[in-house]
Amino acid sequence: MIPGTFDYHRPTTVESAVALLMKLGEDARPLAGGHSLIPLMKTRLASPEHLVDLSAIEGLRRVEVEGNDVVIGAMTTQHSVITSTVLAELVPILRETALVIADPQIRYKGTIGGNCANGDPGNDMPALMQCLGASYQLTGADGNRLVPARDFYLGAYETALEPGEILTEIRIPVPPAGHGYGYEKLKRKVGDYATAAAAVVITMVSGTCTSASIGLTNVSETPLWAAEAAGILVGSTLDAATVDAAVAAAEAITNPASDMRGPSEYRTKMAGVMLRRALERARTRAIA
Amino acid sequence: MTKSHIKVTINGKPVEALVEPRTLLIHFLREQQNLTGAHIGCDTGHCGACTVDMDDMSVKSCMTFAIQADGARITTIEGVANPDGTLSALQEGFRMMHGLQCGYCTPGMILRAHRLLQENPNPTEDEIRTGIAGNLCRCTGYVNIVRAIQYAAAKINGTPFQEAAE
Repeated sequence: MIPGTFDYHRPTTVESAVALLMKLGEDARPLAGGHSLIPLMKTRLASPEHLVDLSAIEGLRRVEVEGNDVVIGAMTTQHSVITSTVLAELVPILRETALVIADPQIRYKGTIGGNCANGDPGNDMPALMQCLGASYQLTGADGNRLVPARDFYLGAYETALEPGEILTEIRIPVPPAGHGYGYEKLKRKVGDYATAAAAVVITMVSGTCTSASIGLTNVSETPLWAAEAAGILVGSTLDAATVDAAVAAAEAITNPASDMRGPSEYRTKMAGVMLRRALERARTRAIA
Repeated sequence: MTKSHIKVTINGKPVEALVEPRTLLIHFLREQQNLTGAHIGCDTGHCGACTVDMDDMSVKSCMTFAIQADGARITTIEGVANPDGTLSALQEGFRMMHGLQCGYCTPGMILRAHRLLQENPNPTEDEIRTGIAGNLCRCTGYVNIVRAIQYAAAKINGTPFQEAAE
């Protein structure tokens, strides 16, 4: 399969990349790892006339701690997320999630920014970013703006990105030391998108849950931040009745399509099962 | 059609070529460089038969444009034998442990295993299996591929190879 023809650009600064995208308009697409876009181009579901490759922009590959945030450049690969000692120490759920994305080869090329910016409801990082309360730095002709991940996703492949804007950085508030976490993903095989997946971050004090956040992957047109379900957990000992109520609240906001991964009702139930498992894992990891 | 000039190093040899931007790396390697060891299996990024090593990463060359490789170092199966022409530890392992049947997946398997052993010289069986999770084999059932990689790791490390228990 051979894509349609296009012109290739490899700018070395964010400013020149934005200028190119503004000038070329709708005929241009930014290229990160390419593992979502290139398959679409090969099947001619996408036929951009220009590709603006972001890989030569050095400043987009950083992982740094700034105050109480960890800042990840958009072109940081999933492989770099997995091997980063800083991230493993401060936000270990990033590594756990990156490890269940695609396969080793794709993780060398696939980027965290591409995963978050693409707007594909099957991508794993968006629900995690909502769970963590992350914000995205979007860079356009007028400079930078910060958009919370919880406000970024408008529909399938529809995001808050304006024409010409690039997602350049992800800013994650570091969860408290001793927090519990879990990302659980049901997939049919290596490389598959989730039938359903759940991200959980909790803190426990003396056996009581003092904070909780839940994100759900691929069970709606957008990633879901399950605020009501998380709220039910707070103040409880994570006893069975409370967990049942939280799982029911999470299932209630899902709206998965029936597809080759299963009928809608099944995928909703699997979202509940993934949430239970992620929560149980988070509980065992939390230092109470 | 406008072509672009790229410079790459393939198996240690500098190469300059003209490519269309839409030329995939696998087509560039196979059709312009006559390096037909990397295979096109699924052509959709799932099977890993097209895996090559690019700047110390295992890359699916059917999902990468040749122009993205401008300036890169690439190793294909044609470049993995020892300089004297004898088989590398991995190639020897695949031969000794019967790690292939039809052989279609083997170039990709060996290139992926090469990078895996560079990053983790002494992997557990589980680490080998997750490490080659992006490479499909429809013949062997993977058992002998895992053994082949264990054999190669032992040979590279100078430790005795332990046959896995049946």
